[in-house]
Amino acid sequence: MAQIPVELVKLLIALVAIAAFVGLNGLVLVYLERKVAGFVQRRPGPYEVGPQGLLQPLADAVKLIGKQLFTPSGSDKLLFWMAPILSFMPVLLLFLPIPFGPVATGMEMDLGLLLILAFAGLNVLAICLAGWGSNNKWGILGAARAVAQSVAYEIPLLLSVLAIAFMTGSLNLTTVVEGQGGWPWQWNVFLQPLAFIIYFISALGETNRAPFDLPEAESELTAGFHTEYSGMGFGMFFLAEYANMIVVCSVAAALFLGGWQGPFFDGAWWFLAKVYTLLLVMIWLRWTYPRVRFDQLLNINWKWLMPLALLNLFITAFVMKL
Amino acid sequence: MSVIKKFWDDVTSLWSLIVGLKVTGKNFVDKNVTLHYPRETVTSGQLEGFRGPLELIGKPKAPAKPKCIACMMCVTACPSKCITVVKAKAPKPTEAELQAMKEAEERGEKVKKPKAPKEPVKFFYDFSLCSLCGSCVENCPAKALRYSSNVYLTVTDRKELKMDLLARLGAQAEASIAEKEAQKAAESPKNIEAETTEKQAGTES
Repeated sequence: MAQIPVELVKLLIALVAIAAFVGLNGLVLVYLERKVAGFVQRRPGPYEVGPQGLLQPLADAVKLIGKQLFTPSGSDKLLFWMAPILSFMPVLLLFLPIPFGPVATGMEMDLGLLLILAFAGLNVLAICLAGWGSNNKWGILGAARAVAQSVAYEIPLLLSVLAIAFMTGSLNLTTVVEGQGGWPWQWNVFLQPLAFIIYFISALGETNRAPFDLPEAESELTAGFHTEYSGMGFGMFFLAEYANMIVVCSVAAALFLGGWQGPFFDGAWWFLAKVYTLLLVMIWLRWTYPRVRFDQLLNINWKWLMPLALLNLFITAFVMKL
Repeated sequence: MSVIKKFWDDVTSLWSLIVGLKVTGKNFVDKNVTLHYPRETVTSGQLEGFRGPLELIGKPKAPAKPKCIACMMCVTACPSKCITVVKAKAPKPTEAELQAMKEAEERGEKVKKPKAPKEPVKFFYDFSLCSLCGSCVENCPAKALRYSSNVYLTVTDRKELKMDLLARLGAQAEASIAEKEAQKAAESPKNIEAETTEKQAGTES
């Protein structure tokens, strides 16, 4: 029997674990989102299905899976169905370099951060295909809108991440985490508060979260790129969005908040706690702010985030050189 | 200068974002305002500001009689034309009174004709047309109208939404009298014991 490389086995286990984690998180986040929405509006949220409505996301998932998959006539069938898969599949890859714990990293690599940023860009292509393949003018207009947003918000996100890379001199997320300490004042967020704020706002824009949720406002803006998707076609986009949320929050936790290092004891628990705190803040923001207009969205990016991110980068580079 | 000022204004207005978060954050930890309907029912304290179908207010001393003076202000103000009020007519003078009036007239005195009482004989209200705008309540000079707190109104026929408010007021007055009597009976020393045991049973369950 030929020797199977250990690395390969580890990679396989990591991918399976990540798929399970993403699926489970989809359910948890759907539930959390609806509960937070309920509490903010001073109602109980899901309540009837299971104790405290715990089985509600499961019921939603079953409903979503049970729906008919419909392909609009005259559409490009291949592109149309490739888009949701293309949107969801690379997300699993994004989890590989994220250091969940001291040893719980899918694949240790020196260009981890670069891998995440590169493959996160594939989502833009998926949206583009979805809009184009739908043979629907709202679809294509929505896709154009979504692509303009994603491309725009990618730049300040990159620049703010780059500032951290300058500081630590590494694109390896584990190295960045190890460069910080356990206590809050040892985290990068205290050295780079502006970068953190820019990163977080750009992450909201990147993951199409409110107040930047223009690509998917189904009731107000005719949904945009996923107008024509039914059942799990839409479900895949949905799942990809939630997975993307976890990715951006994980990267934020690793780069700015000390990753798996915490006061008293280190461990994956600290990492998950930080990630979920950030996710909670994201959901909180969604139920607080009204959606921005599209020109406002682009103005915030090009007039504020971009110059600030550039300034931050220059200052960081200058200080590091000194 | 103005560019710098605008920049500074934008920066300071960021504070409003924090204020917004404070508002939703406070709501997040506050108690629910909704009820799980079949398991819980609305208490009167939770009905502040609730607009149920209209009802008449009785006179303080004669609760079965409405404060209404049949001035028709509510009928004129109603944009949906859902209120019908019929004024009371002047009572017909009896034979003897007619005779007396005739005699007085002959004597050249001022004749006192019986006046119509200022009250409605019919007060109908069609809830199926009402939009609960409140124009009638606002315009009523006698403050004789109010929203009821009837949360659980259900009917199977539209005709049932045509309400006779005078009959309703009468029923309410009767019910309140009966309630008061029951209260009095409960307050009498004989029943205090029974009531306390009842209460205890309620808290235990």
